[in-house]
Amino acid sequence: MNMKNSSMKHFTLAGWLSLLGIIVVLFVAIFASSLAPNDPMDTSPERRWKDDIKGYPLGCDNLGQCIFSRLIHGARLSLEIGFASRLVALAIGLIVGLTAGYFGGWIDWILMRIVDMFLAFPSLLISLAISMIMGNGLGTVIFAIAIVGWAEMARIIRSAALELRSSEYVIAAKTLGASDLRIMLTHILPNCLPIITVIFTMGIATAVLSEASLSFLGLGVNPAMPTWGGMVSTGKDYMISHPELVIYPGLCIAFLVIVFNVFGDELRDVLDPSHKGNF
Amino acid sequence: MLEFTLRRIVATIPVLLGIIFIIFSVLYLIPGDPAKNIAGPRASEAAIERIRTEMGLNQPFHKRLITYVSKVIQGDLGNSVITGRPVLKSICEKLPYTLKLACIAMIISIVLGIIMGIISAITKGKFIDRLCTILSVTGISIPVFLSGLVILYIFAVKLKWFPASASSPIMLKNPLLSFVLPAFTLGIRSAAFLARIVRSSMIEVLNQDYIRTARAKGLSPWRILFRHGLLNALVPVITVIGLDLSSYLNGSVIIETIFDLPGIGRFAMDAILKRDYPIIQGVILVGAIVFIVVNLIMDLIYAWINPKIRDEMMGKSAA
Repeated sequence: MNMKNSSMKHFTLAGWLSLLGIIVVLFVAIFASSLAPNDPMDTSPERRWKDDIKGYPLGCDNLGQCIFSRLIHGARLSLEIGFASRLVALAIGLIVGLTAGYFGGWIDWILMRIVDMFLAFPSLLISLAISMIMGNGLGTVIFAIAIVGWAEMARIIRSAALELRSSEYVIAAKTLGASDLRIMLTHILPNCLPIITVIFTMGIATAVLSEASLSFLGLGVNPAMPTWGGMVSTGKDYMISHPELVIYPGLCIAFLVIVFNVFGDELRDVLDPSHKGNF
Repeated sequence: MLEFTLRRIVATIPVLLGIIFIIFSVLYLIPGDPAKNIAGPRASEAAIERIRTEMGLNQPFHKRLITYVSKVIQGDLGNSVITGRPVLKSICEKLPYTLKLACIAMIISIVLGIIMGIISAITKGKFIDRLCTILSVTGISIPVFLSGLVILYIFAVKLKWFPASASSPIMLKNPLLSFVLPAFTLGIRSAAFLARIVRSSMIEVLNQDYIRTARAKGLSPWRILFRHGLLNALVPVITVIGLDLSSYLNGSVIIETIFDLPGIGRFAMDAILKRDYPIIQGVILVGAIVFIVVNLIMDLIYAWINPKIRDEMMGKSAA
């Protein structure tokens, strides 16, 4: 494996910082219920726009909901949707990519044309249309993001598998009579893992952005639920008097996306120095 | 080159047909009766039945598919369920706004991106490079709606340099003015992306032997940078520009909503909210076709500039 090269690169400061950032966000997301001082969906007309109540660190929004608690729970929703939609996309991408890359020939040709079709679709419009048709909900959003994300993964996994197909150990395994499925799972898949890790990490950043865009346009999960995109969407109507309602959740989204992007970049430098996962 | 061109064009035909097939099937699978929607809630069963026959909705899947494909090929994307206007006509009216937006954004992106990429590459590892890298990572990671709202807030609300809405009187008098802020929002995002690509490809080129030769010959650093370095470093940028175009369509959905521009993105968003399926299908189809055509052109330019890539692509498609 190329990980054991003498020229192996190490994580830079930015890499460690982004890892720390990811750990912090994961921690906040996992323990959201204990960390949040208030119920994120508890509305109250008396607390509307109040910013001096004890126990409400960042004040209250237009419905009197605790902004801080909503931000914390937003981290959980963003990550849940980010991870789940990427896992679904990865599952489809793996099946299609490995099959196309391993078998090659006309199977590869047909599968890659299907990938081309999905890459050509305007992704946000497809996600929006799916959300509209299926009605809002967690499952819908995960599906709507996964369905436009798998094609890119399939293409990258395919090109990695295509290279491994003619490697000596795959030919050796074939000569020994190993089944296609066995070769794919025990010889090709493990060697694709570095690239898969990289595209999975960076994909989470994209998925979080997509979720935020869907929520911003009002077609994400239930608008009452605390999502960062939804909070920005509410905040934009009050931007002149209360710009913080846009800024806080906006910075949260940017932070989450930055740490996953930087970490993915660093992972690529370490795991995949030839940048095969690049395109 | 001719063989390569023909091969690439032929390869796009099944993709185009597949896209039309998927778009049609999705509409076919959507629950609800389109005839009932068109006829309205109080229409009689007979009237609904008549519309169904007129539109061919009672025919089997494959017959409807063939009708749909042949209509699309003739440029008929159907009519809006709500206004009854031909979809293609509406799209052609809205498209110029989005194209103008995309063109200005692209110019901003190319100028900013290339300048930042070059500065970053020649100061590699130094403070300015670090700063540029931080700026571009931030630019990529900030959602378009956030940067759009912040730009709107700063330049239209606080500084009052621009009116906030494209339909205000000053904007109508000087329509190009209304594109400045939205195009800037879209442009800086892709500039950030482009800067990273230019940086890495410039660093790679500057490490090549012929650059060292040019230096040894005593050519001026600027001449080396632009004549020998930049021209070669710009080759991968072509592909990025092709990919950018599709991100502009996605971005325009959000940007046109925020900045109140009557382009294709807003048009699609309105159609989605009103469940006007023929329009949604039409915009998605046009978007996909534009993406395919632009990428085809970019691939051809790419292969024309760099014959090595051409052979590689040919070898791959033959394998």
